Amino acid sequence: MRQDVKLPSPCLATDHRIEADELPPQLRKLSAAVRRDSLRMVHRARLGHPGGDLSSADILVTLYFGALRIDPTRPRAPDRDRFIMSKGHCSAAFYATLAAAGFFPEDELDTYMQPLSRLNGHPNRTELPGVEANTGSLGHGLPVAVGAALAAKIDGAAWRTFVLTGDGELQEGSNWEAAMAAAHYELSNLTVIVDRNGIQQGDRTERTMRLEPLAEKWRAFGWSVCEVDGHDHIALLEAFHAVPFHPARPNCIIAHTQKGKGVSFIEDRVDWHHRVPTDEELAAALRELDEAAQ
Amino acid sequence: MSPLYDCREAFGRALEEIAAADPRILVVVNDSVGSSRLGRFAKESPRRVINVGIAEQNMIGIAAGLANGGKIPFVCGASCFLTGRALEQIKVDLAYSRANVKLCGMSSGLAYGQLGPTHHSLEDLAWTRVIAGLCVVVPADPLETDQAVRAAAEFDGPVFLRISRMPVPAVHGADYRFRMGQAGVLRSGDDITLIANGTMVSRALAAASLLAGEGISARVLNLATLQPLDREAIVDAAAQTGALVTVEEHSIHGGLGSAVAELVTTTCPVPMRILGIPGNFAPTGSAAWLFEHFGLTPEGIRSAAWELLRTRVRQ
Repeated sequence: MRQDVKLPSPCLATDHRIEADELPPQLRKLSAAVRRDSLRMVHRARLGHPGGDLSSADILVTLYFGALRIDPTRPRAPDRDRFIMSKGHCSAAFYATLAAAGFFPEDELDTYMQPLSRLNGHPNRTELPGVEANTGSLGHGLPVAVGAALAAKIDGAAWRTFVLTGDGELQEGSNWEAAMAAAHYELSNLTVIVDRNGIQQGDRTERTMRLEPLAEKWRAFGWSVCEVDGHDHIALLEAFHAVPFHPARPNCIIAHTQKGKGVSFIEDRVDWHHRVPTDEELAAALRELDEAAQ
Repeated sequence: MSPLYDCREAFGRALEEIAAADPRILVVVNDSVGSSRLGRFAKESPRRVINVGIAEQNMIGIAAGLANGGKIPFVCGASCFLTGRALEQIKVDLAYSRANVKLCGMSSGLAYGQLGPTHHSLEDLAWTRVIAGLCVVVPADPLETDQAVRAAAEFDGPVFLRISRMPVPAVHGADYRFRMGQAGVLRSGDDITLIANGTMVSRALAAASLLAGEGISARVLNLATLQPLDREAIVDAAAQTGALVTVEEHSIHGGLGSAVAELVTTTCPVPMRILGIPGNFAPTGSAAWLFEHFGLTPEGIRSAAWELLRTRVRQ
């Protein structure tokens, strides 16, 4: 399968195009950079959600550098693909990805959650280019994504809508209203990616409010479902390039991830949902990430 | 007796007309085509009407997404559910996101009188007017409804239109031009000002006529836009007439009366009476009966005005 990886999307800005044979190492490096940036940002801000930042980094990087048809110099181009970050609390990873993709200068990441910064704790589309919807309150991204996909379908437009949700977030009923609507409108141009790291703020999802059997729930709502390793860039790329899975159904990619992925002492730990690393922990985490990126 | 109109008719006609001229305009409903008077529109332009079923949170999110995709959605549903059930979506997906979506809260206030407090919408103005960046408009008659719909479509940003189903007479002449954020003096006067919007405007005008017969010159201010507030018109009324009676088909807490009081206490404090529904759930009864019950009648407004005028004389 590895040879079959398609080239990144044609509309991706030239500066950020990655040749197919370079893709996995390049994506690995970019993901490591997003992880490092996220931890530095959370450490500097003394606030954030590092566990989810690290679990979503590979998904975000693969989307922005391998799937989305976007041009950071034209962030409101009508024909752009829409990406909605429903798990808005993982803003550090999101901002680091947007900056790496060229939506704003990477230096600005240092202003994360500082007074008057555009990099609010949760994304604000009215201030920051590349943000499509204001999120932070959970269960908002999917309904908005359904509306966007519906607009494209009404116009017969080719642009697609992707939305990344957390897994704990799926406890919000608004998602299931939207899931029903997406299937009803046969929105094959809509793809939801679930960051299935299994942990929410207070505990594991299955102990808090059971989500399983999750794939069956989406299927029962009329979606085509694909389950992938959410840290395997090739598997993610293949899934993103395989949509629509069915000509008349919305697409759900359940990305199995690990919260805190990439840093041994953060991985799969509930308390790192919104814990802030100490100076020593940051240094140790950055060392691990540097070594892994080699 | 002047003829009475259901403003939903003017609402539906205006929406049909602007939609015919602008393909970006869509209607989003929660199985509320009939109650929004959009039956003909839905029949003639079925592809322009998106029925999301009974799901208000999703309805607002979908509207925000449609706006992101370049559409101008008019979201129409019973005001009690549209606002209350999806308030956080209205705040985040529309106002904070500055989405170009128009909310149409139908059959607001006490219109569903006998159906009880689940269906009364006596909090919607309080909820919506405090949301930053959300315009709140309460038209008083068919002409103002028609023009408010057009103004909302032209305005780039979220708007909440509160549309009643209670029969009302025309209060504006054919030359009236609604402007968002601008209050209208419908009757001039120097002794007191009656400030109303929506269904209460014609009643305030009738009260002013009663007062005129008793030698009192009452100004009537139609505060059709509750947010942003026409500060100048309100402060002028306070300064020039020295007493204010506000009248609204809404809780006395948080709506028109509160908005006026917030402004005049900090600019030009004058004696005030706030008429509306006191802070309790309304009993069962038709809307017309409930208006009588709560004193939201020309006679009730007249009495409140006199009470205020007597207080002022004593002072």
